[in-house]
Amino acid sequence: MARKRRSTPEINAGSMADIAFLLLIFFLAVTTLDTDTGLMRQLPAIPDPNVPQDVNKINDRNILEVKVNKDNLLLVEGQLTQFNQLRDITRNFILNPNNDPDKPEKELVNIPFFGDVPVSKAVISLQNDIGTKYGVYIAVQNELIAARSILRNELSNQYFGMSYDKLDDDRKRAIDDYYKVPISEAEPKRIGGK
Amino acid sequence: MGRFVKTGERKLKPISTASLPDIVFIVLFFFMAITTMRETDVMVTVRLPEATEGKVLEKKQLASFIFIGEPLGNLQALYGSEPKIQLNDSFKEIADIQDFIAQEREQLNEADKTKMLVVLKIDKDAKMGVVTDVKQALRRASALKIMYADMNVNKMTFPE
Repeated sequence: MARKRRSTPEINAGSMADIAFLLLIFFLAVTTLDTDTGLMRQLPAIPDPNVPQDVNKINDRNILEVKVNKDNLLLVEGQLTQFNQLRDITRNFILNPNNDPDKPEKELVNIPFFGDVPVSKAVISLQNDIGTKYGVYIAVQNELIAARSILRNELSNQYFGMSYDKLDDDRKRAIDDYYKVPISEAEPKRIGGK
Repeated sequence: MGRFVKTGERKLKPISTASLPDIVFIVLFFFMAITTMRETDVMVTVRLPEATEGKVLEKKQLASFIFIGEPLGNLQALYGSEPKIQLNDSFKEIADIQDFIAQEREQLNEADKTKMLVVLKIDKDAKMGVVTDVKQALRRASALKIMYADMNVNKMTFPE
């Protein structure tokens, strides 16, 4: 008598797909795909009224004055300027290649990895009106940050042979010290209407 | 030789769907890995401004969000069309920001409290007046690390 082939009973997995689909759709509904990106900034602390303020005013030649008015027009050092020129103007201001007396002074500072190097004392002051559009304000911030990070990147490529993002923390700090260039947001002024 | 002779009726075997759950599970895990939980329902229109220098927000658990923009269409009848501030799930005023920050800070570990980050998601057509007020409120609440949320682009288009 021939032997009958017995098959092991199969578990019905047909509904497994349905369960998995249900989970998938649940996750699609409750999660978001977008990653947040943005410009990191540090706000200045509110000055303590009990502590005397630093009276050392920054020398006028060291400040790049950037203003945006309520009509979203850009004023750099008192000059009406196009937005696409801002990056180059800022870069030129920080570098001051010809040691122009109207542009920031340089100070010899000892920085690890570089030794004694002339460091620009440039500061950027950004002012806006309460009627300025937020989008325009961010565009200006972006250009200022871009000018600084381009300079940092160039220096990094020149000295370390790789881009700034790939450096370790010590080297990053050294480069940050070379091109400090704080971007200060002036205390808000209530000028102009809506 | 009868082995190859077709005899009797042949039945078509059904296509096996046993691997279908596996495929769906792979898709499921993929989505679980690349997405993040939605925390708040945004009740305002926020079209983020463009920028080229934006950095990716890495530690989302340290971040608190402030939204500023026009209320969504169906809420405009109730709240008007002027840009409003949204904290968590409701519209708030500037004066409420300090409480909001204190509350958010309370939810963080002791070690993370100094690393708290406030992400400002602001519509690009909002006026700086309200933004400045929010920034001043944040300074008073000593939440000094902020991030202006942007939409990263490769090349800027400037307003004329």
